[in-house]
Amino acid sequence: MTARSLFFLVVAAVLAAIPFFLPSAETFLAIVYAKSLAVLGIILLLQAGQVSFGHGMFFATGAYTVAFLGRSLGGGDLGLLIVASVVTSALLGVVVGLFVVRYRYIFFGMLNLAFSMVLYSILEKFFHLTGGSDGLRILRPTVFGQSFERAGFDGVLYYLTLALALAAAWLVWLYLKSPLGQALKAIKTNETRLEYIGLSARTVLLVGYVISAVLCGLGGAALGVIQGIATPEYTYWTRSSEFVFIAILGGVGNVAGALTGSLVYEAIRTYAAAFVADSWQLILGFVLLVIILRAPTGIVGMVETIAARRRAARPAHPVATEPAE
Amino acid sequence: MSFDTLMLAVCDGIAYASLVFLVAVGLTFIFGVLGVLNIAHGSFYALGAYVAVSAGIALTKAGFSPWLTFPALFGAALAVGIVLGGLMEKFLLQRIYDKEQVLQILVTFAIFMMLENVQRLVWGVQPYFMSEPLQLLGNVELFGISYTAYQTIFLPILAVIVLVGLRTFLRHTSAGAQILAVTEDREAASAIGINAERVYFLTFIVGASLAALGGAVAAPTTSLIPGMGAEMIVLSFAVAATAGLGQIEGAAVAALMIGLGRSLAVYVAPEFEVLVPYILMVLVLIVRPSGLFGAPQLRKI
Repeated sequence: MTARSLFFLVVAAVLAAIPFFLPSAETFLAIVYAKSLAVLGIILLLQAGQVSFGHGMFFATGAYTVAFLGRSLGGGDLGLLIVASVVTSALLGVVVGLFVVRYRYIFFGMLNLAFSMVLYSILEKFFHLTGGSDGLRILRPTVFGQSFERAGFDGVLYYLTLALALAAAWLVWLYLKSPLGQALKAIKTNETRLEYIGLSARTVLLVGYVISAVLCGLGGAALGVIQGIATPEYTYWTRSSEFVFIAILGGVGNVAGALTGSLVYEAIRTYAAAFVADSWQLILGFVLLVIILRAPTGIVGMVETIAARRRAARPAHPVATEPAE
Repeated sequence: MSFDTLMLAVCDGIAYASLVFLVAVGLTFIFGVLGVLNIAHGSFYALGAYVAVSAGIALTKAGFSPWLTFPALFGAALAVGIVLGGLMEKFLLQRIYDKEQVLQILVTFAIFMMLENVQRLVWGVQPYFMSEPLQLLGNVELFGISYTAYQTIFLPILAVIVLVGLRTFLRHTSAGAQILAVTEDREAASAIGINAERVYFLTFIVGASLAALGGAVAAPTTSLIPGMGAEMIVLSFAVAATAGLGQIEGAAVAALMIGLGRSLAVYVAPEFEVLVPYILMVLVLIVRPSGLFGAPQLRKI
């Protein structure tokens, strides 16, 4: 067993034990895990050097799928709802993806934004279908045939979102290591060479795009169930930018950035909102600026650099290397 | 649809297109020269509007002639553009010109977030109005319908002045030539003695002032609410992208298309009002991926 997978298991075990020590943090952390799914989708695209300011549209797709299906089934079952949201967000991902993978950088980012604004206005304007800006309520679904009281359901959601987040992080890590994932990274470094070896850059990016759409759809479905509501705000572009922000905060070089970033972000937001109710955006903006200018590799990148420096400086190390400075 | 409604839609559309053009041309000018897509541009628009209204209200309350609200609009736009734009370029953008594009966008996004919050702290969330400039100019009769002169004459003329002014400035003055030189090749331009730093600084101030001007002259026609900056930045990107990024004349054409399309939708199918600009953009980009006026770019090797 490598140190990396051991570390992964320890983190998983610690997170799984939290509800026994800190039951009050359950919902807060479930929200963190739900958002980290969406952030993972953003990090995946950033491997290809592309940033989307519109992934809120897939987040909303997940949430509204749960809302519509739950309403027509009188609650529905959580397992079914999650599967349905994967299907719908994948479908939308293919449709939008086919168009946007022809573009790169600013165009890619802003076209995603435009698509999400289209979905936003549809959700807001067609209120007889979507409930307008009030959104749709999401009733508490059954879980594989069993119904839960509120407290029990919170516990179920905690472990479900945690399992989803960890499984997704692991799968994305495997994907990025695979040849297809390596090809995705090649889009950032040298797209033309990618095509010289016979791979279509558009197809490679499309696969990554659909996976990122599904991750966001899952996140949206989970957050919808946690908060009991789906609103057009899920697809507003500031929400999409929030995911990008969290990705940069956590660090885009590593799948661990998604969870770390979400946790720190939600913590800052919650505390900042509690202490300075009106200025939390000001604080977040400032934090974002400091990260980009001072630590562009994010929190995980910073930790990695420090760890590498320590390893290098350790005297017992068999090969004596000079410290980085 | 009757002829009168069509005329109303056209007047609405032209007025709206003029406003969007002012903002979008600033955005595309900055992008063309600096290569930075400034999301905080939307905040400059909103702050231009808020400062103009506050100045106008203060002037009329102090007993000055209501005609002074006109210079107040321009004064507010310049103040916002020079102070905020200048500070932002000098202290932030200069540090990020050599960074990844993704990070550049995020820096301007961070500024957008902060300015949005500042605006909320200063002006609160209640709507603001100032209709003096609109009323002072009165109405005009056009093909049997009556419409405000502010929207049918003042705004389009202002937009045309800006379009012609920018064109003339870039093509027929030495400062404009310097800007074009820096845009073409920063290093070569510096080598022949052009101060590229100053060119960037001034370009950003001009672009920011145009956004603020758009907001200031939009103020009399609408009520100011939080979130107006976010909406405008997306819309002006739609215009700039439809035009082809960096294209000044293209921005005028795209603004007209999108403005008219949107106002026709208001009368024909109001649900689609907000969608029309993006649908137009997507249609144009499917046919011409680099926009109406944009030259196709060679792929990076």
